[in-house]
Amino acid sequence: MKITVAGTVKEVADGLTVSQLIEQENVETPRYVTVSINEEFIESGTFETHILKEGDEVEFLYFMGGGAYAFYQ
Amino acid sequence: MPFTNEQLERYSRHIILKEIGAKGQKKLLNAKVLIIGAGGLGAPAALYLAAAGVGTIGIADADVVDLSNLQRQVIHSTNDIGKRKVESAAETMRAINPDVTVNTYYQFVNSDNILDLIKDYDFILDGTDNFPAKFLINDACVMAKKPLSHAGIIRFKGQLMTILPGEGPCYRCIFKNPPPKDAVPTCKQAGVIGAMGGVIGSLQAMEAVKYITGVGELLSGYLLTYDALKMEFHKIKLPPRGNGCAVCSDHPTITTLIDYEQAVCDLH
Repeated sequence: MKITVAGTVKEVADGLTVSQLIEQENVETPRYVTVSINEEFIESGTFETHILKEGDEVEFLYFMGGGAYAFYQ
Repeated sequence: MPFTNEQLERYSRHIILKEIGAKGQKKLLNAKVLIIGAGGLGAPAALYLAAAGVGTIGIADADVVDLSNLQRQVIHSTNDIGKRKVESAAETMRAINPDVTVNTYYQFVNSDNILDLIKDYDFILDGTDNFPAKFLINDACVMAKKPLSHAGIIRFKGQLMTILPGEGPCYRCIFKNPPPKDAVPTCKQAGVIGAMGGVIGSLQAMEAVKYITGVGELLSGYLLTYDALKMEFHKIKLPPRGNGCAVCSDHPTITTLIDYEQAVCDLH
């Protein structure tokens, strides 16, 4: 089936779960990634059971620091 | 107050833009923007906002200029090493544009001081490195209803979003809580290409200018990501505000500011 990952259309196996996609895509810090499917966030607890469907639009949103050092105490 | 001849010339490239004009330039001169963090993101943002004639610019940072900063923090020079970043940044901004009043805050942000820090400003720009500060700034801006430009950079990647409290989603809508310490790499550990701060910090300045002048569409409801290696920008549409968000939904569960713990030495 075809799904869109971060704006790129990809052919993936039928029945692929979000967890499997995270692995396939080599997502960095997979425990802390936020996933949206068709413009809705999905709970991280459901990554293993959430099965992707044809045409799904998947986005990975990452924590990103950067800027000034340690501006906090 | 009418423009001086010098101002007419200084801002001529703005004034000639039909979207900005004399009216927009007046708005910029009357505006107050607070930049939190005078580092990789704050440095280019401060340069452009000062040059644009934003009348009052606050700059907050508790650090001093270090040699390793100069690869990307373009508001500071070799001669500034050892100087407070807020002072170094203020001197550069004043030298660029004497129209600008610069307020310096040589302090860390925390739950005790942030609301007081942001209260007099029209737009807040987050140029901090660490997640406790980013969550604190987000929550404070939501509570005080202050528009915020959030951004992050690492390696060859950067991202930003504009948060309009009460209208669009906030940082906590995407990320519910800060990651545990060391779970996510920092610039110090992972590196960052110097021009990345220039790209993303300049986009933050762009959002501030657009907000102040009321021009165009703000980056609210989207996270814009930039991958320099692929040379790709990608705009991720976010779900609407509030959807169960602990801080910005209509029935928030977080109603007081939180000081999350973070080992400062890990980020220095």
